[in-house]
This record gives sequence, structure tokens and C-alpha cells, in this order.
Amino acid sequence: MEHPLQGQDQTLQQQGHSGFAADWGSDQRAFKKVSWGKAMMWILLLSDTFIFACFLVAYLNARNSTTVEWPNASEVFALHIGGANLPLILIAIMTFVLISSSGTMAMAVNCAYRKARKATAVLMLATAALGAAFVGMQAFEWSKLISEGVRPWGNPWGAEQFGASFFMITGFHGTHVTIGVIFLIIVARRVWRGDFDRDQRSWMSAGNGDYEAVEIMGLYWHFVDLVWVFIFAFFYLW
Amino acid sequence: MTHSPQTIEAGEMAHDEGQQHPIKLYFFVWGLLFVLSAASYWVDYAQLQGLLRWSLILIFMTLKAGLIIAVFMHMAWERLALIYAILLPPLAVIGLLAILIIESDYTAQTRVIEFGQGAVAAAEEN
Repeated sequence: MEHPLQGQDQTLQQQGHSGFAADWGSDQRAFKKVSWGKAMMWILLLSDTFIFACFLVAYLNARNSTTVEWPNASEVFALHIGGANLPLILIAIMTFVLISSSGTMAMAVNCAYRKARKATAVLMLATAALGAAFVGMQAFEWSKLISEGVRPWGNPWGAEQFGASFFMITGFHGTHVTIGVIFLIIVARRVWRGDFDRDQRSWMSAGNGDYEAVEIMGLYWHFVDLVWVFIFAFFYLW
Repeated sequence: MTHSPQTIEAGEMAHDEGQQHPIKLYFFVWGLLFVLSAASYWVDYAQLQGLLRWSLILIFMTLKAGLIIAVFMHMAWERLALIYAILLPPLAVIGLLAILIIESDYTAQTRVIEFGQGAVAAAEEN
């Protein structure tokens, strides 16, 4: 467990890029017992929170300041299924799919800390599959709206800012989901191969039995679900 | 392998038990998130309007967000220093929200005064 830099004299600090890596990778912690990987993921998510908040606040500002009527999301996102007109049905399904993926991810983290290697990998792949399904439904939603004439500069139902807000907010969220799916597959593959069970350091694992990468991956994934909670409330229901 | 006090602390950081919580808790939260989502979907389906609609949407949203952060993201079991560092800064957004709501009302009023009843009327004049 001895850290390479521990006990080293202050005057023997490394210089250049190896010094940079050593400084950032050393045990100078503000959050005691919180690993660097986890702290850095939280800080990334905090910065992402501000980006999404800016989008949502800008959208609410645009919606509030336009004198033209804002399109009724309940009708815009309705689908005709079996002759019935179901308001917001696609968004509801997408919401439940994303919450389920958060559930499987939480299970994966639980399995990871019990060192159930295969169960962890399978649950992470299930999460990735649900995430991919979400992106697929979003692609369907986008193409439906585009075919109905929604553009970033206009739409058939009213305020022009609706299109810009829609593509910006859901597009940025969809990008996050897509990146998450890719990373889930990468981490799941490493877990399945047993990379975290070998006594070998990597950028994801401090060695034998360190499964924290799964929890850090989970933080990102739950965040994607968290952002959707706000988009669902402010963009689709408001 | 003998540990000095410092290395014991360092070793505990990354490994050992990590964030282990009863699986029942996760299932409970999962179910609760489903119920809350269904409830907010119902708000729209029942066509509730006005203050009741907005307050219900915000309550369900806050509860869902709180459950995800506290349990799924393990925030409830993290150190207070981390909790404050992550949760306090976003509160500043409420200030931004207040400023932009005031500004948006002003913009909307100006548009009505300058262009008549709405931008549609203004577009027709041009």
C-alpha cells in the first residue's frame, strides 16, 4: 500500500510532466477518505450542473420573455397509438427507461463492492442497453419533430425559441447519455476480464480488489438520470 | 505487512468496504422513483393548471432529485466537506434564475409596448 511518494523529502519533488502527475496523484486530500477519482468526478459533475442550469435558465427566460404563445409540450410530444391520442407517452417511457437504468447501475455498484465480477459486468451492460434504448427513442423523437417542421429557428405551433431550446437541451443530454453508454461498455469489459482483481495499478484501479471505478462510473450515470429529472419537469411538464 | 498510522488511513481511502448498502434500500428507492415519475406524469394527464400544477411538478422533481443524489450517488454517506462543496454552489443558480425571471418580464412588457400585442402582429406590419 506504500505510496511511491510517501515519506519523500520535500526537496526531492519531481519536475515537469512527471511532477505534475505526481502532484495531482499524490495524497494531498481536501476531502478525507474520498478518493481522487471520486472527488474529480464530483467536480466534473458540478461543472456540468452549471452548464445544464445555464441551458434551462436561458430556456425559461426565453419562454417568459416571448409574446408569442409557447407550444403545448403535452400535445407536441403526444403519440397516436391504436387510435388513442396519448399525451407525453414517449417522454414517459423514456423517463421510466432511464430510471430503470439508474436502478441497474446502483445494483452494479453494489455487486462490485461484493466483488461479484460477472454480475457487475452484466448489470453494467444492462444499464448500457437501457441507455442505448433511451438514445434510440430520442432519435425517433427528433426525427418526428424535424419531419413536422421543428427547426432551431422556428416551429409550426408558436414561439420560435421552442426549437432552439429543444434541440440544445435534449441534444446536450443525449450526448451525455451516449458518452455514458460508451464508457459503461469500456468499464464493463474491464470488470468482465477481471482487470480489477489483478494486483496491477491502472488509471482506473489502484490494484487488486479496487472496484471504485464502477462507483465513479455510476456517479456519472446517475447524474445523467438526475439531469433528465429537471428536463422532464421544466421542459416537458412546465 | 505493518502499517504506520498514515498508511492505514491511505489504504482505507480507496478500498475496503467502499459504499456498501443493503440492496433492499436500492430497490425501495427505485420503486419510489417510479411512483414519483408516474405522479408527475399524472399531473400532466389530469391537466392540472396554475399554482397547483407548478408546485406539484416542483415537489415531485425535488423528491426525485434528492433520492437520486442521496442514495444512488451515496451523497448521504459522504463527508460533509464534499457534500457542501458539491451542493452549495448550485444554489447560486437560484439567484441567476431570479435575475433572469425579472429580466424576462421586463423584456416581454417592452415587446408588448413597442410591437403591440405580440411579435406576430409586429411581423405582419413589416
